[in-house]
Amino acid sequence: MFPRPVQSRGPAAVALYQIALPIALFLWLLPLLGVAVTSIRPASDLAQGNYFGMPSAFAWGNYVEVFTQSPIGRYMLNSLVVTIPTVIGAVALSCLTGFALGVYRFKGNLLIFFLFVAGNFVPFQILMVPVRDMTVQLGLYNTATGLILFHIAFQAGFCTLFMRNFIRALPRELIEAARVEGVAEWRIFWFIVLPLMRPAIAALSVLVFTFIWNDFFWATVLTTSAETQPVTAGLSSLNGQWIARWHLVSAGSILAALPPVIMFFAMQKHFIAGLTLGAVK
Amino acid sequence: MKHLTRRAGLAIGIAALAVSAAQAQQRTLRYYADFDPAPLAAFEAAIAQFEAEHPDIDVVLQNFDHEGYKTAIRNFLTADPPDLLNWYAGNRMAPFVEAGQFMDVSDVWAEHGLHESLASAAASMTIDGRQWGVPYTYYQWGIYYNRSVYEQVGAQVPETWDQFVANCELFAAAGIDCLTTGTRALWPGAGIFDYMNLRTNGYEHHMALTSGEIAWTDETVRNTFANWARIQPFITASHAAIDWQDAAALLVQGQAANYVMGNFAVAVFKEGGMTNETLGFMPFPTINPDVPRAEEAPTDTIHIAAGAQNPEDARTFLAFMARADVQTTLNAALGQLPINSGSTVGDDPFIQAGFELLSTTPGGIAQFFDRDAPAEMAQVAMEGFQQFMVQPDQLDAILERLEAARQRIYQ
Amino acid sequence: MPAAHQTQSKRSWWRANQQRLTPWLFLAPGMAMFGLYVIWPILDSFWLSLYDYDGLGAKEWLGLENYRELFADQAFYTSLKNNVIWLVLYLLAVPAGLMIALFLNQTVFGIRLYKSLFFFPFVISQVVVGLIFSWFYAPRFGPMYHLLEWITGQRIAILADPDLVTYGIIAAGLWPQIAYCMILFLTGLNNVAPDQVEAARLDGAKGWRMLWYVILPQLRPATFIAVVVTIIGALRSFDLVSIMTSGGPFGSSRVLSFYMYEQALSEYGYRMGYGAAIAVVLFLIMMVFISGFIWKMVRDEKEGY
Repeated sequence: MFPRPVQSRGPAAVALYQIALPIALFLWLLPLLGVAVTSIRPASDLAQGNYFGMPSAFAWGNYVEVFTQSPIGRYMLNSLVVTIPTVIGAVALSCLTGFALGVYRFKGNLLIFFLFVAGNFVPFQILMVPVRDMTVQLGLYNTATGLILFHIAFQAGFCTLFMRNFIRALPRELIEAARVEGVAEWRIFWFIVLPLMRPAIAALSVLVFTFIWNDFFWATVLTTSAETQPVTAGLSSLNGQWIARWHLVSAGSILAALPPVIMFFAMQKHFIAGLTLGAVK
Repeated sequence: MKHLTRRAGLAIGIAALAVSAAQAQQRTLRYYADFDPAPLAAFEAAIAQFEAEHPDIDVVLQNFDHEGYKTAIRNFLTADPPDLLNWYAGNRMAPFVEAGQFMDVSDVWAEHGLHESLASAAASMTIDGRQWGVPYTYYQWGIYYNRSVYEQVGAQVPETWDQFVANCELFAAAGIDCLTTGTRALWPGAGIFDYMNLRTNGYEHHMALTSGEIAWTDETVRNTFANWARIQPFITASHAAIDWQDAAALLVQGQAANYVMGNFAVAVFKEGGMTNETLGFMPFPTINPDVPRAEEAPTDTIHIAAGAQNPEDARTFLAFMARADVQTTLNAALGQLPINSGSTVGDDPFIQAGFELLSTTPGGIAQFFDRDAPAEMAQVAMEGFQQFMVQPDQLDAILERLEAARQRIYQ
Repeated sequence: MPAAHQTQSKRSWWRANQQRLTPWLFLAPGMAMFGLYVIWPILDSFWLSLYDYDGLGAKEWLGLENYRELFADQAFYTSLKNNVIWLVLYLLAVPAGLMIALFLNQTVFGIRLYKSLFFFPFVISQVVVGLIFSWFYAPRFGPMYHLLEWITGQRIAILADPDLVTYGIIAAGLWPQIAYCMILFLTGLNNVAPDQVEAARLDGAKGWRMLWYVILPQLRPATFIAVVVTIIGALRSFDLVSIMTSGGPFGSSRVLSFYMYEQALSEYGYRMGYGAAIAVVLFLIMMVFISGFIWKMVRDEKEGY
């Protein structure tokens, strides 16, 4: 393991390390802590200019106010409705494409791969008008489906890159052995390669979930009403109404940030289990 | 081509209505709007009144976020047009009119005598001799000031520019910003420019400038900026990084003395703790006494989409919104001013002051720079105004840039 | 010929050819979606850049006029300059992420919680990051404002200063980006072959030498992705610029991605053709990097085989 395990340097080093960790974390998360404290500050504090002293009271009611005074609950539901199908779709698609590009050698392999990678570098703006027009023509404007379809298609680029590289690093012998046995290709994919891809699937799912949950641009382009808008677009519109009401903006921000974090914690065990499984061949 | 689409749309709309009328069902009006919470409540009350008067019409209001609406409108007018929608007057509605996406409502104006009752806003609703919507509210701009701060340094309410600048010296000595503004969103700075130019050169000149007929490098424009330069050192230093509400907080807290703003700011000032005793309003001081006084009063409007499914009832709704009594009630709740000359206003001293101001304006009523000037010119110019307030020494470069933009935009 | 024999030859045809066909079958759905939603719109935008189009009315043919105007446009050069600054400074996230990953790569009690918490900034939407840092830098009440006043004695509102604003936004962007690189490197470090590390240790390698000669080569895939994603992020930096300054003050923090949006879609100007031209230029710039990466990848592959 690199760096050298701190235990091997003696108990003093371990103790020092254990102290350094929370300090480092505190400094690292300082901006976030600032926002968290602001989110429980009563509005009167802000009006009087008490921005980062001790809050005069713990206004947990801010979180309630955020829910009752704004459709943030609906926004968050919309985010879920858009994000989860996208994650499933994008990861599934890229397992297929990554397998195809990573395992097989054929003419055009690199060219297709190049197209996926290149397409992923593209700035959103170059896609906006054609994609919007297409979504309207399909009758999917201002629907979750329209947004989902776009995201799956666009994420296919990055996900394919990720999966293909991961698959490249897998041991070939298993696949070769299975071919010699006469196993059909799709079986090789489903029974041999796919289980090995679990850690990559876990990692990619978390990443895609985060990307889509946090997407701001396409949310504002393809959805317009509170019934369909995800939380990023919703939060920026709430900010417009709540300028200088930092306590509400902060509370809303914390709420909006929670689900990806929960997702990460939930998938993390699987993630690590997958990694240790990958070490034993 | 546009005429055909509109006429076709009208024909289909009327036919559809004939069918539905024959079926004697309740008819629907879809209305897309972008109200903030308080105006929304006022409008919902107005809609309820309309529905009471017309029990066979159901108005369905879909409210968007204020900023998001400005992008959404482009999308829904082509993709999914409603019957009624909010927008603004003057040059701001021109792109949609020219693209044939707003319906011509000159018939509503003619039929209900709106040229008389809505006279003050008629010019800003007219393009090519026809009217394209109905205005329901406007609000005046001017200078809001903190009376306590004025008392603190012993300043008098100024009537001329020289007096205003002299006051600025007093405020500066006390460590107070003479004028505050928050130009992060750019437009508050344009309010200052509008008044500087209206007072220096007058309404005709300002309209010509915003229509692209006068060069930005012209002597008259330089005069405006020269007058502005006199107070530039006394403007809040970090205005480019703060929003207008943050600047309002400065006025409330007594860290600034004056604020060139619209009437909608009064609610924010009062929420921050100012009262009718501590908050004052004054018309912008005179700079050039030979120029007739003009004021700024941006107007909000309702339009019918060209692709509307129910244009007949939409017209009825527009006529309703143009009525004196409806405008009185609505504006009482909005805290703004009715357009209809037959309406009345409430007791609030700031509303009364505004009404007084606008009804005695000899010079003309401007719509605000980003509505009088075409959108692109507004963007470039407002950035220039912001830059001038931060880097006044760059004036020549700024004016040349604006002039180059003018050449390109107003072909 | 008996039917059984026919199906047998069909099956063996498939069996003989499945290795050739399978990749295409597997690629089909992905390529279809990607082609429809990404490839075609790119081409469409190239085409659109030759027109004057406001999104509402008809398109008017301009040929290369948009590009001629672009290359004389001051705002374009400001955006370009800012993009270069972004590119250079944003890459600091990669070594910074590595350092933090190394710091956290221990097995003490609760380390998993720490790793998750260090990752936190990446998980937050850029809208929120922008709001947080706007608060951080805000004049009069922002902690950074006070810190700068205390250190330098001057009152500096970073987001109002045309010379400092871009750096301020980049700093905000680095926060989540470093967290992302950190996670990539942590994953990579977990995959480092322990036997190689032990062998090198027995040989006496430690510290920087170990890092450089043994660990980093094994981290190449992670490094590659970290650099790729960081460059994408730098050139795409739309959200933060939009939330924190809208390109201001007076356009000094503009970047090409935001300028394009302003020109094509903002409230004050619907010049979709011109915006498309900017998009094309930005895309061509990115192509330089893409080609570089692909070339490197091809080279790595040839060595691998």
